[in-house]
Amino acid sequence: MTQTTQHTLDPYFGEFGGMYVSELLVPALEQLEAAFIDSQSDEAFQAEFNKLLNSFAGRPTPLTLCRNIVDNPLAKIYLKREDLLHGGAHKTNQVLGQALLAKKMGKTEIIAETGAGQHGVATAIACALLGLKCRVYMGKVDCERQQPNVFRMELMGAEVIPVTAGSGTLKDAVNEALRDWSANYDKAHYLLGTAAGPHPFPTIVREYQKMIGIEAKAQILAEQGSLPDYVVACVGGGSNAIGMFHDFINDTEVKLIGVEAGGKGIDTAQHGATLVAGSKGMLHGAYTYIMQDKYGQIEESYSVSAGLDYPGVGPQHSLLKEIGRATYVAINDDEALDAFQTLSRTEGIIPALESSHALAHALKIAESATIETVILVNLSGRGDKDLTHVHSILSGENYRENK
Amino acid sequence: MSSTFTATTSTAGQRYNECFASLADKQQGAFIPFVTIGDPNKEQSIKVIKTLIDNGADALELGIPFSDPSADGVTIQMAAKRALDADINTDVCIDILKEIRAYNSSIPIGLLLYANLVFARGLDKFYGDMKAAGVDSVLIADVPMRESEKFEQAALKHDVAPIFIAPPNASTDTLKKVAAHGQGYTYVLSRAGVTGTEVKANMPGAELINTLRQYDAPAPVLGFGISSPKQVSEAMENGAEGAISGSAVVKIIEINLDDEDAMLNDLAKFVREMKAAS
Repeated sequence: MTQTTQHTLDPYFGEFGGMYVSELLVPALEQLEAAFIDSQSDEAFQAEFNKLLNSFAGRPTPLTLCRNIVDNPLAKIYLKREDLLHGGAHKTNQVLGQALLAKKMGKTEIIAETGAGQHGVATAIACALLGLKCRVYMGKVDCERQQPNVFRMELMGAEVIPVTAGSGTLKDAVNEALRDWSANYDKAHYLLGTAAGPHPFPTIVREYQKMIGIEAKAQILAEQGSLPDYVVACVGGGSNAIGMFHDFINDTEVKLIGVEAGGKGIDTAQHGATLVAGSKGMLHGAYTYIMQDKYGQIEESYSVSAGLDYPGVGPQHSLLKEIGRATYVAINDDEALDAFQTLSRTEGIIPALESSHALAHALKIAESATIETVILVNLSGRGDKDLTHVHSILSGENYRENK
Repeated sequence: MSSTFTATTSTAGQRYNECFASLADKQQGAFIPFVTIGDPNKEQSIKVIKTLIDNGADALELGIPFSDPSADGVTIQMAAKRALDADINTDVCIDILKEIRAYNSSIPIGLLLYANLVFARGLDKFYGDMKAAGVDSVLIADVPMRESEKFEQAALKHDVAPIFIAPPNASTDTLKKVAAHGQGYTYVLSRAGVTGTEVKANMPGAELINTLRQYDAPAPVLGFGISSPKQVSEAMENGAEGAISGSAVVKIIEINLDDEDAMLNDLAKFVREMKAAS
């Protein structure tokens, strides 16, 4: 390791990002930034992080070439199997990193927000493992949609606090977590769950998720002998996507595609497609694309998938869109539900509803391919948490008619 | 940053300067109530604000309702929700502000709001419109000193005083900048956390106030968790030149939504008692 003289990181991604928080939270975020910079050159810290990733979480995750789902002989779909990570999704990666950082800073409590519950579960796992007191804010609507995850968190000793304010979803849980942190930053670390929010979170979370892309690139080169034509990942806040994209950003021949929640259609008011249909503004500490009205009031997002139901997005994705390095598209609820079932039936893998959005778009690319096309999809999580929810949708009388 | 504008060419914060000077002559501090503009609706909000003025408010701190007020507690959040439900937006707020300014030409009017409302209107247009509506100062709850440059420039261009927050945990460097860049007054946080009376203000803030004075900051005004006359007098004893009470005022609106007379009477009584302690 080389000695670093760097004391701060760039808080911006082009015009996006920044640290738009109450002055009260600035010292806590600057402390976090300093601890993170220090940890990057701290060999003992890195060794412990890597050991936890390998021996506890199960890294590296496999790369799976789909056998049956693609009809077009010209196209191949590879799945990066973050669904096989302990905890059931990619979230565990960065949570372990941040929990170690919290301990390094001498904090004893962890505050987290969660949408689908995956980040909350991952946080509860890390806190149980590392002896940290954990409380998780979760929208009341999400608590109902994701009941098994609430129980998982509680089993592992976390306190789950339902949030009724606003729409009772992820953005309201973030607000509550920020409020809690404003009062308790001296002993508590706010373990933000995605590559969004105020600096330094977008950078820290990306750095603690980038192994997804690094591993996947090495695996696909070993198996395929060349880079993929497309890398596809779902985007809510954007952590699994930025973790997958990051190592491919300089490989300009690789098309990067982020898939947002189209909900009931981006021409309706019910979607979560921030980059596809939103505009620039400030939410939860960062200047980025958001969903808002003309006065700047934040609009409520919608998606069948709780993890994509967020009216903001990580600032680096806003930059990647702006400079044209990545393309962002929307997949509607019914398309995601179809992909959810198709992967289960054809490959024996039940994907998370979030990841089903990425898969649905990958299937569109595969079907329309007219030359040999290799598609790498980040299968960011498994679908166990969604079984009850999907079952109730599929058994509902109106599901087919509504399509 | 300071080379692009100088305090000598700016009259931003003029009404505050006159207000604090005249209070100092009377050996008083300022009592500054906060309400959300448009809470619970346009007509009643105008009556509410006029009642605050008529009963001795030395200055006004007014919020533009925002959907995601993450630096506020539940009381202010509910006020914002009531206003938004009554179709209050920034344009309606400007109409209300103009009416208040026409009602009283000398009282300092400060805005306390969230950055996205400013971004959405465009910085230059926002500050220009607010100046035209009679606003003296703007405090953006989620713009800390390190992100403040473009907001400060837009404010000063339109002769609006930029207000900054001095929190109890701030570094010396931050406090120096708060002192150098703020105009009108300095919003001194009594404690960590969010707005609300659930957690009382910490007294004294004397050390923080002394530090600010040392750096020649604009008039220190204490806020967060202030709901009783006793706290107001303690704030003054500790060197503050004013005290802001928000959630306690908004609570009076909240519990009297069905009875406008009681709402205005209780507000009048509260302001008189708080003012008497300043």
